[in-house]
Amino acid sequence: MLKYLLRRLGFLILTLLITSMVIFIVTQFLPGDVARVILGREAGEAALEALREELGLKDPLPVQYTRWLVNFIRGDWGKSYSTKTEIRPLVLGRLRNSLMLAAVILVISVPLAILLGVIAGLNENKFVDNVISIASLAVVGLPEFVTGLVLIQIFSFRLKLFPANSSIRPTTSFIEALPMLILPAMTATLVLLAYIARLTRAGVIEELKQQYVRTADLKGLPRRTVIFKHVLRNALIPTITVVAISMGWLISGLIVIENVFNYPGLGRLMVFAIDRRDLPLLQAVTMVAVLGFALSNLVADILYAILDPRIRLG
Amino acid sequence: MSREVPILEVKDLTVAYRIGDHWLEAIRDVNLTLHAGQIYGLVGESGSGKTTLAMAILNYLGENGKIRKGSIVFEGEEISSLSKEAMRSYWGRKIALVPQNPLSSLNPTLPVGEQVQEVLRYHLKMPSAVAHQRVLELFERVRLADPERVARSYPHQISGGMQQRVMIAMALATSPRLLLLDEPTTSLDVTTQASILDLIKELIQGQEMAVLYVTHNLGVVVELCHRVAVLYAGELVEDAPLEDLFSQPLHPYTYGLLKSVPKLGQNKREQVLSAIPGRIPALAQRGSGCIFRARCPLAIEACSVRPSLEQVNGQRSTRCHRWQEIAHQEIELSHLFEGEEAFQEPVSIRKQAEASALDAEGIVVEFDTHQSLIESIFSHRKRKIKAVKDVSIHIQPGETLGLVGESGSGKTSLARAISGLNEPEAGSIRIYGLPASPKLSKRNREVLRRLQMVFQNPEEALNPFMTVGESLRRQLFVLQGIRGEEAQRAAEEMVRAVQLPVEVLNRRPNQLSGGEKQRIAIARAFITNPDVIIADEPVSSLDVSVQAAILNLINRLQGTFNNGLLFISHDLAVVGYLADQIAVIYLGALMQLCRAADLFEPPYHPYTEALLSAVPSVELEKKGQTIRLQGDLPSPSEPITGCPFHSRCPRKIGAICEREAPPWRVDERTQKRIYCHYTLEELVQLQAPI
Repeated sequence: MLKYLLRRLGFLILTLLITSMVIFIVTQFLPGDVARVILGREAGEAALEALREELGLKDPLPVQYTRWLVNFIRGDWGKSYSTKTEIRPLVLGRLRNSLMLAAVILVISVPLAILLGVIAGLNENKFVDNVISIASLAVVGLPEFVTGLVLIQIFSFRLKLFPANSSIRPTTSFIEALPMLILPAMTATLVLLAYIARLTRAGVIEELKQQYVRTADLKGLPRRTVIFKHVLRNALIPTITVVAISMGWLISGLIVIENVFNYPGLGRLMVFAIDRRDLPLLQAVTMVAVLGFALSNLVADILYAILDPRIRLG
Repeated sequence: MSREVPILEVKDLTVAYRIGDHWLEAIRDVNLTLHAGQIYGLVGESGSGKTTLAMAILNYLGENGKIRKGSIVFEGEEISSLSKEAMRSYWGRKIALVPQNPLSSLNPTLPVGEQVQEVLRYHLKMPSAVAHQRVLELFERVRLADPERVARSYPHQISGGMQQRVMIAMALATSPRLLLLDEPTTSLDVTTQASILDLIKELIQGQEMAVLYVTHNLGVVVELCHRVAVLYAGELVEDAPLEDLFSQPLHPYTYGLLKSVPKLGQNKREQVLSAIPGRIPALAQRGSGCIFRARCPLAIEACSVRPSLEQVNGQRSTRCHRWQEIAHQEIELSHLFEGEEAFQEPVSIRKQAEASALDAEGIVVEFDTHQSLIESIFSHRKRKIKAVKDVSIHIQPGETLGLVGESGSGKTSLARAISGLNEPEAGSIRIYGLPASPKLSKRNREVLRRLQMVFQNPEEALNPFMTVGESLRRQLFVLQGIRGEEAQRAAEEMVRAVQLPVEVLNRRPNQLSGGEKQRIAIARAFITNPDVIIADEPVSSLDVSVQAAILNLINRLQGTFNNGLLFISHDLAVVGYLADQIAVIYLGALMQLCRAADLFEPPYHPYTEALLSAVPSVELEKKGQTIRLQGDLPSPSEPITGCPFHSRCPRKIGAICEREAPPWRVDERTQKRIYCHYTLEELVQLQAPI
């Protein structure tokens, strides 16, 4: 098990190193001159040249990359070109917001999706299954800005339960923020629900066909023991690992939802950085996003090993 | 034997499956009565419906199966109409099943101890601690070494034999009244099978339990059963006490089945195997007449009416219009089923002095153990498993070398190394003196043409998108540049040679039966007239009645083409039948090399002796000692010194076997070679003929 963990950790570090290179190189090829972005269109050639010198833009790429990487690891993420403030507190604040939202999404969507998926799977091709499958597919087809707006219409304008605008401040605590998180979380849930539920359904159907289920039945165990102890233990393994993997997307991929609800998460910060050609900010946000994806993959691997002794014990 | 109330009484049972909109009958009018203390064998080939019958008795048919007619009475109670929920108080408590595949029948994510324990906790209301103790006792009863450790293990951590012991412990945990064993040893090696059969026999003895043993293996039936029912295409064709059935079968199918099994020591030089032509009719094609009519050499007009199951003498019954003629020997049975093979005379070896067909010298095959990316970056040391250790074999033209060993013995690795599919680490391969590169990609067309393979599973060996004709013509074109008319003619000729109609050339593999597919695979191997053919378990996925026909076919083609044949099998009777020379392999090393005729006479290598002793024989009279191997095949990744067999050898001398590699003992007269510390004379002293 330890060996397995170390191996996964090694992969994680390797992944981060390679993506950091890719991020660095790609951002170098973005159109536009950094010095001109900072100094504006009116700046003279001499001033531009001096700034390029100061920023180290004239050094060879490997040198620039190493300097950037070392600084990034040390925690010196530099200053944003556009907001002229330190990048690190800005990104970490947004990360906190994204994590809060992701947590609420998971708490709402995962139990619901698994429940629906299991019910559908146990009643394969029967009425309940058809209702669940069709309903969840119908919802997943709608884009987030549509479902988001419909939810706002219902829950904040009609029922006045939750606010339509979720623009929280860096100082807002989780408890204070919670009412503002519900609607964006529900919107994301509608996207995730069909996906997780269908995966769970497929897992249950697949496992029900296995011979060990026949063994468990023919032991005379009650049906619920057969389902909960034997079937679900195996059927939920893929679901749980996929949920873990989707954490990465929840952290940095909810760009549309964040926009609809005006929520200050990482996704919107990334769009902002691209908009302003703010290279240091873009690099930092991207690195954090990649780290999120890599870590959620690691968590998925670990969960997989814990749940499946064939992986854990080789 | 007969008591007042039988444990199980199946009456006129008919089971149907829904296929599309139709209900097709898979089991028709089956009657069975099982008494306490009785072991009832249920014999049938694949497609005979034997597993369906077992599942119907358990009342565990899937949603698409149902009992159409008849009754199943268990201890005086009708259970066929009970719901699944009501059956749960019978399952595991009074009726238990030991299934065919122990690995897939165990939950992969629960320790095996727990999987047995829950039966005790639920049915016998035992507290956990008591149940745990009981599991350990049960594990000891089924001869599992170190029960504590096994109980903690997950299924994938223990061997197939151990998994099956766990399943048996689970089935016996509540001392059920009825035990169903559905091919419990079919997925196991012959040595493991032997010890599991011993165990079953021992555990059942003296129990007030009825046992239904479902199998396709007639030898196993002889070992274990008191009574046998023969199932064909869903109908019971014959039902009799063991001795009666084997000494005087009254149904032509039973007779054909018995005759098609090669017996230990039987050889192609003396006898052509009898095969039952054709195949079991599909569910939709089971007409109204006698179910066996289409394949029966005794079929007459009366057979278009379905015969009823007739009582013969109160002891046995049969479903044949002509049983009385058979019983009174008015019909000569001994020539039955021999007509199919046109080529009857024994094949002779035409020795060609110039060169051997195949010389493989000092073959070593190694595999890398699983390595992760990180490991391969940071460590240069590779962990290797030696699958084949310095093996040399030679095959003369027209000669068959049989290679026998259990799974994991390295027989397939050796075959793949010779054919170039796995590059051997060391060794040289010559075909008629022509050196063949160890790398397949470096072999030229001529070498490829000279060496062809027939694989175990014809389903996977034929391209599903190509017609049979395309497959055969492609072989000719790629290896010999023959195309057009000439290729078509050769393909037609070859198809006729494997006794199939020319029309199959236009069919695709999925339109053929397993036996027909294997015929095509054989045709493809022979069509370019190679010098050497390697056949890796070519009949082990086939039913016995089909197996006999394929063996005869291989034999006949080899006689015509005079190629050398390397025939690999785990079945000693099959190898003994087909081979001229036999090599016995264990853990990648040869243990014994001898003429086929000498294999069955002492001296044997102790491993050969154990293999022979483990084969369940279809002969009613047993002779010789019973030799059983302890434990499982050692892991090939652990280095072994001395004799590879020392850890399981029943005739181990002592430390010398662990320390020193044994010498090859050679009998000058017969050229029998045995790799053992004992001399041949000492072995003869120790061993009785099997």
